[in-house]
Amino acid sequence: MAKVFIYPATSLILSDLVARFGHKPLGAALGIRERIQTAGIDSPPLQITPEEPKRGLKYAAVEVPSGVRGRMAIYGPLIEEAEAAVIVTDADLAFGCMGCARTDELILFSLRQSGIPILELKYPTNEDEGVQFVAAIKTFLASLPKEGEA
Amino acid sequence: MSRKVRIAQLSCGPEYSGVQKEIYDAAEAVGAEVFFPDIALADVERAVDKFGLDVRSADLKLMIARGMALVDGKVDADGVFIGTCFRCAEAAIVRNELRRYIPEHSRLPVVSYSFTERTTAGTLLTRMEALTTIARRRALLAREEQTGITMGVDSGSSTTKAVVMKDNKIVGTGWHPTTEVIASAESAVVDALDMAGLTRDDIQAIGTTGYGRFLIGKHFGADLIQEELTVNSKGAVYLAGHQRGPSTVIDIGGMDNKAISVIDGIPGTFTMGGICAGASGRFLEMTAKRLGVDITELGPLAMKGMGKNVSMNSYCIVFGTQSLVNALAAGSSREDVAAAACHSVAEQVFEQQLQEIDIKEPVIMVGGTSLIEGLVYAMGQLLQTEIVVPPYSQYIGAVGSALLSSGFIQGE
Repeated sequence: MAKVFIYPATSLILSDLVARFGHKPLGAALGIRERIQTAGIDSPPLQITPEEPKRGLKYAAVEVPSGVRGRMAIYGPLIEEAEAAVIVTDADLAFGCMGCARTDELILFSLRQSGIPILELKYPTNEDEGVQFVAAIKTFLASLPKEGEA
Repeated sequence: MSRKVRIAQLSCGPEYSGVQKEIYDAAEAVGAEVFFPDIALADVERAVDKFGLDVRSADLKLMIARGMALVDGKVDADGVFIGTCFRCAEAAIVRNELRRYIPEHSRLPVVSYSFTERTTAGTLLTRMEALTTIARRRALLAREEQTGITMGVDSGSSTTKAVVMKDNKIVGTGWHPTTEVIASAESAVVDALDMAGLTRDDIQAIGTTGYGRFLIGKHFGADLIQEELTVNSKGAVYLAGHQRGPSTVIDIGGMDNKAISVIDGIPGTFTMGGICAGASGRFLEMTAKRLGVDITELGPLAMKGMGKNVSMNSYCIVFGTQSLVNALAAGSSREDVAAAACHSVAEQVFEQQLQEIDIKEPVIMVGGTSLIEGLVYAMGQLLQTEIVVPPYSQYIGAVGSALLSSGFIQGE
C-alpha cells in the first residue's frame, strides 16, 4: 500500500479512487481530521490556530502570506509523507476545490521536486475523456507497490 | 436587547491564518455577528464572469460571488467585512475592487483589512465598532446640530481633549498630554469647564471617544461611548460646515491614521492604518524633537523649506529619522528637513491609505497634526487639491462626541 497525495486535496472522488485500489489517500480530510481529533482548547471549525502559519514557515518564507503558510502547515507534512501523487489540473469546483492559487503552485512544485511517482491529468470534459481519466488513474495506482511489496 | 448587527464576511485565508476566532470575537464585542453569505456553487462562476475579474484562487472567486449576492439583495446583511492575507497581491486586487463595488451598488457599509497570523480581536475592534455603529445608529449619525449643554472627551494615544458645547457652539476646550488616562481626561475636562464657566452638573450629556473611551466613558458615566472613525467624521463635516454631500476626512493620529470617505456626514468606506509609525504623527514629534523645536513650530518651519532637497531612504520611523539626521549632518537646512518629514508622512498616508478609498472633495484634515501646516501643504500637493482644516480641528473627536451625545438629552 502506497501513500498517495491527491490534488485537489479536497476531492472525495480522488480519495475514494485511491482507497478502492488499495492505497492510502493523503488529502485535506486527513490533514483536517488530525486537527479536529487532537485535543485542544479550540473546537472545530476553529481548530487552526495562529501556530499553523508559524509551522508553515518550514515550507514557505515569512514574506509569504499567512494563509499560504497555514495551508502548507496542513499539506506540507502530507507531501513529505507521500510515496506517490495523483494531480488533476483545471478541475471543476465541484470535483474538489483548493482555495488559494498561490498555495496550489507551491503544493504542485513541492510534489514535482520530491521525486515520487506522479500522475498528472487534466480534468475530463466529456464522457470519453472521463473513461480514459479513470483508466489512467487505475493503471497508475496498479503500478504502485501494494502492501508488503514496499 | 437590540437585534445583533449582521456582518457578512467576504474573505480568503483567515481560517488558515488562525485568526477567524479573532474576527468572531471582535464582532461579538460590539454586539454583532459575522456570517458567510450562502450561495450556490453554480452562482460562483456566473458571478465572477459578471464581475469581470478573472482570478485563479477559488476562495477569491467565492468572495466575489458573495459580494455580488449582497449587492443583488439575495443575501441580507447590515454591513460587510472584507479580509484577505497581508502581502497577497491577487487578494489585494479583489479586496480593493469589492470594497469599491459594494458601496457603489448598495447602501452597505464596508470595512476591509489585510491580516497576518498576528492580527488580534483588539486590532479589529474599532473597525467592527464603526461598522456596527453605521449600521445601527444611522438616525443618531444623521444629527447635524448640537443642542443643550454637552461635553465630549477624546482620550487619544498622545493627547486627551475635552470640549464643552452649548446651543450649537463650542464654549470650552481643554487639552492635556495623555499620561494617566483618567487623570489626563479629568484635567482636560476641568479646563474645558473653566473656560465655559460651567460646572459638571450643568452637563446634560457626555460622549467619549479615542483609545481610552471605555475607561473614561465609565469614569464620567458617558451617555455615548463611540470609536473615533464615526465620531471624527461627524465632527469634521460639522466643523467644516459640509454636512451634506460627499467629503473625505483624513486624520493622521499619534498612533494610527484614518481616511474616511463620508457621505452626508456618515462614513461610507474607511481605512485605518497603523502598521508603520513612520506614517504617524509620532514621526513628526520625533522630527521636531531632533530639530530642537516645539511640535507647533514644525509646520511653519516646513513651509519655509523644500522637502525635495532631502533624500529620505526609508519610511520607517527609525531609519527615516536616521535619514533626516544624515541630511542635517550633510548640511541640509532645518527647514528642508522639516519639509521632508512632512512630505514623507503625507506620501505614506497617500500611498498606503488614500488609495483604498475614493477621494471626494472637500478633503478635510483633522486631529492635532492638521495644525502642522507643512503636513497639510504636503497632502494638498499630493492630492492636488486645497485641503480644508476646520476651526478646532485638533478637538475633532471631542466635538463629534459632544455633538452626537446631545442626541441622548431627550433619549433619542
